[in-house]
Amino acid sequence: MRLLLSVCAVLGLAFSAGARAPAPVADAVILSDGLPRLLSDYHFFRDASGWQPNDRVTPYRLNMPLFSDYAEKYRFLYVPEGEQAKARGDGLLDLPVGSALIKSFGYEMDGKVRLLETRVLLHRADGWLALPYVWDEAQTEAVLKVAGARIPVTFTDPSGKQRSIDYGVPNKNQCKECHALSGEVTPIGPKARNLTRDGQLAEFARLGLIDREPAVAYRVPLWGEASAPLNDRARGYLDVNCAHCHNINGSASNSGLFLTYEESMPVRIGVNKRPVAAGRGSGTHAFDIAPGDPDGSIMIYRLNSLEPGISMPEVGRTVVHAEGVALLRAWIAEMDKKN
Amino acid sequence: MIRSLMVATALCLSAPALAKTVTVDPGSDAQERLQEALILAEPGDVVQLGAGRFDLVDGLSLDVDHVTIRGAGMDQTVLNFAGQLGAGEGLLVTSDHVVLRDFAIEDSKGDGIKSKGADDIVYYQIRVEWTRGPHAENGAYAIYPVESKNVLVDSCTAIGSSDAGIYVGQSENIIVRNNVAKFNVAGIEIENSIGADVYNNIAVNNTGGILVFDLPNIPKQGGRNVRVFDNIVVDNNTPNFAPEGNIVAQVPTGMGVMVMSHYDVEVFGNRLAENGTGNILIVSYTQEQNDPNYNPRPIGVRIFENDHGRAGYKPAFPGGDQLKAAFGGAIPPIIEDGTGEKILIGDDVPVLSMGLTKPGQPLTEARPALAQGTSEPFDGRQLKPVTLPQAMEDAVR
Repeated sequence: MRLLLSVCAVLGLAFSAGARAPAPVADAVILSDGLPRLLSDYHFFRDASGWQPNDRVTPYRLNMPLFSDYAEKYRFLYVPEGEQAKARGDGLLDLPVGSALIKSFGYEMDGKVRLLETRVLLHRADGWLALPYVWDEAQTEAVLKVAGARIPVTFTDPSGKQRSIDYGVPNKNQCKECHALSGEVTPIGPKARNLTRDGQLAEFARLGLIDREPAVAYRVPLWGEASAPLNDRARGYLDVNCAHCHNINGSASNSGLFLTYEESMPVRIGVNKRPVAAGRGSGTHAFDIAPGDPDGSIMIYRLNSLEPGISMPEVGRTVVHAEGVALLRAWIAEMDKKN
Repeated sequence: MIRSLMVATALCLSAPALAKTVTVDPGSDAQERLQEALILAEPGDVVQLGAGRFDLVDGLSLDVDHVTIRGAGMDQTVLNFAGQLGAGEGLLVTSDHVVLRDFAIEDSKGDGIKSKGADDIVYYQIRVEWTRGPHAENGAYAIYPVESKNVLVDSCTAIGSSDAGIYVGQSENIIVRNNVAKFNVAGIEIENSIGADVYNNIAVNNTGGILVFDLPNIPKQGGRNVRVFDNIVVDNNTPNFAPEGNIVAQVPTGMGVMVMSHYDVEVFGNRLAENGTGNILIVSYTQEQNDPNYNPRPIGVRIFENDHGRAGYKPAFPGGDQLKAAFGGAIPPIIEDGTGEKILIGDDVPVLSMGLTKPGQPLTEARPALAQGTSEPFDGRQLKPVTLPQAMEDAVR
């Protein structure tokens, strides 16, 4: 009986993949003013399990990805038929209304990746909207969870250590906490300077997704690109992991700590900067970055903590990113104490 | 008549058509049910919290304008965050025209309630408390509006913050009144803000009662126009338990009202007593800084009509003991470092000037001298009262 069912399932799959053209991405759903309940409502994927992108849904990779508790992440860009994103130098691609960014999160378990959630960022007529969808046990459907979720998972990190965590799916407001610029939701990842790998930008231009290949002046190094200057790697890491809140229009604007790739004032990136509202997040240290002294720097203290109220970022991290901390430690250790 | 009726009808219609009350009670899945209610709320809605204890596992947040979150009372409805796994505060508000009233936040891991960029926000009859009392690992701020215009904190209670109980930062047009702040490092703090009236509050058993500060290297600075009046600021002698590195860790234990840098501050009509270091301290920002846009000095501070009880009997700053001995057991209740400009003191009490000449100068270079406030009655009221939009006042009636 079970065998019969699975044979039918295989035949069904073959039939749907071979004989029928998949329904195109549902532009009307992206542009609606509702909160679509199912990820499948959008038709971003051909298959029910969210692995095969539909036509015009283009996978991409970032030079330096945001750390998300060692989750595997899969990113896709959708630009509607007849529309085109505009290149804006090193910065964020200017995506037209009707576009979507799709990002799935999962962990390898028993030899294959199991998806936990897929986040979508929809460009509607009244602005961007961020929504989290949580995958079911059977990996056949992901359902909207506006209030987020905690999912217990066990995985093996890159150092070979097994970890068990309460993985956090952000709620809709938490999505916005990171994605807000001056209170409006905005994409974070697809900045040209962080998309230069693998000839992606040229490919986007060839596919007509962007109007032209942006000329990137100052790219972000690849994660793990040991030959890149230490300063660029550290600043790239801060840009990708911190600067969406820590910028003058972001959720952490009141801190005065601005960690964008463009920032040039040492005190604004934390060098000899005293905390404003860190509370016990200071760890009894006087400065965000004490040049030459990673152990005396609030930045390192907070990245090493798992305690809410101390740990940074505030959202999306339940384990310490040991490799990221090592990078920033090396960077701070090399800083001139007289800085 | 007909015309006014039509106007009234139009007003009704312009209000959100389907404003509703959504009730959320304590119990299992409180986190998801309450957070979902806050996300799905629409402008005009009231999210009504039932009586009892909500056990929450993550921070909560509200990002919808014109929403009221209302409990059954600050001792009846308790949002408990002892089991919190994430987020930097218990409740985060990022939308405008929000009213928070009649509930409590207990034992959040970071701050209690933070409202950021949330204009026209009302906190009314809210209690935020760390129930173990003063502890360095308590959250920094209990009630924490920041980067907001029009802020009302009325009839709230803040207990146990490791920084400030009621902290209003980088904001404009603020009223903090009728509150109780106790066992915090700073009871009430107005920082880098423009236009604040702080009155009818009780600040007791903090390290410092009421602070008015302006700090460097912050996006909004040039704090000015703050009135601190008709408060009871008594017995603020809780040893400073702020984590080092924070500015309030430098507040001497036993402080009543402290003004640091800042323009135009009026302190009048307060009852100040039993503050071991002093009832009022006026100083420059003391630390090294190189912010070219920053004024480290206090400029335009007017002190008058305050009622001073005992103070200065346990001065908690370097050299305090010698000074205390020199003054025969207690230093004067008002202390200024000497670096300020246009400091007018009308209270008829002794004043200790530390005789410093520039901000950041170490106390070892102090040349303490005794002065005296004016003995003539003196009215230093120059600042206009803060007024808030009528809808905010209506929300607390």
